[in-house]
Amino acid sequence: MLSLKQVSCMRGDRTLFTGLSFDLQPGQWAHLKGANGSGKTSLLRMVAGLARPVEGDILWHGQPIRNVRETYHAEMVYLGHHEGVKEDLNARENLQLGMAQDGYTLSDIEALRALQAVGLQGREELPVRVLSAGQKRRALMSRLVAQRRSFWILDEPFNALDVKGVEWLTQRIVDHVQTGGMVLLTSHQTIPLEGGQVVQL
Amino acid sequence: MSAVWAVIRRDLMLVMRRKAEVLTGLFFFVVVSSLFPLGVGADMKLLSKIAPGVLWVGALLATMLGLQRMFAQDQADGTLEQMALSPSPLWMLVTAKIVAHWLVSGLPLVLLSPLLGVQFGLEPGALGVLMLGLLIGTPVLSLIGAIGAALTLGVRGGGVLLSLLVLPLFIPVLIFGSGAVVAYQSGLGIQGHVSLLGALLVVALATAPLATTVSIRVALE
Repeated sequence: MLSLKQVSCMRGDRTLFTGLSFDLQPGQWAHLKGANGSGKTSLLRMVAGLARPVEGDILWHGQPIRNVRETYHAEMVYLGHHEGVKEDLNARENLQLGMAQDGYTLSDIEALRALQAVGLQGREELPVRVLSAGQKRRALMSRLVAQRRSFWILDEPFNALDVKGVEWLTQRIVDHVQTGGMVLLTSHQTIPLEGGQVVQL
Repeated sequence: MSAVWAVIRRDLMLVMRRKAEVLTGLFFFVVVSSLFPLGVGADMKLLSKIAPGVLWVGALLATMLGLQRMFAQDQADGTLEQMALSPSPLWMLVTAKIVAHWLVSGLPLVLLSPLLGVQFGLEPGALGVLMLGLLIGTPVLSLIGAIGAALTLGVRGGGVLLSLLVLPLFIPVLIFGSGAVVAYQSGLGIQGHVSLLGALLVVALATAPLATTVSIRVALE
């Protein structure tokens, strides 16, 4: 489980927020809300372990995430603003090499199945550079399907997705939370899922 | 280990799909070192005397050319972020990136150098010493260069800063690398120079991946 204790964030000289605390248990999800520039992405990057809070602690199962980096990162996935895929490789290679980088082997069949699940059927062998923004997003999402991590950190995951994509991803999030996963996300969309806590920045 | 192999394979695949970037450095090395015999003239004695220095400087500058792209592209498309968040230790993935960089920009220089050495009238023994020096020295260049590339990540005008930062650190490699060939030519033993190059490689291997990892974490914050 994840808990934030009195976390503060500064960008340059500006204080974005101070004293933010909340807990996230398995089977729960949190919707991070706030105006543009209020520090949503900064908070997600801190929770992911890319940045350090100026004050306060971010704990994973009671341990600061810096001390348990490897186990934490084996259970967490962070999808940020970047595509996170190589433009010159195709979607299948991106997925397989991305997984291998984390120490897992993914067979061709498993990779194709994951890409099918995100709706990239028939586009598996095209270089990612010729795909549309939404399809690139989907190529990255295939990691969510293949990796089976318990904690998802999603920064504006619905950006660039079409109506069907939004429906599909919402359903994935619902399924994930209902099977005991945890999700922390930012979005300007309303998510049709009960029981989420709203964190206002 | 499979993680290291995955990163090396990915970088090599990317290079194969965008050959122009690698060939630039190699072509630069060939052209620059071929200009000297043309400019200086056919004085074989003089040419074989300046050959070690010219070829080594050419190799240094050719390595500099591709250095900035080492992590910059990964940062731009977010794959560097994903590497930092991987359960595999970042220093291992960084080492893999450095190995890939050497395979693409260092190893071809080693293999090409005897061909260019012939233009300068180097005898076979001296060519061998030149290759040996480059074989030990170019990995050091990639390792030191990686620290510079990571430190200048996201800095505007990083290219110039990178050269200023890294070239002075290349000097010992240049001195001992070309020194080995000069020593051989004058009939002295090459052992001292080669041992010192080897020592530089060991130190660089031990420190550069960690220094690069720390710099990347800072750059991502």
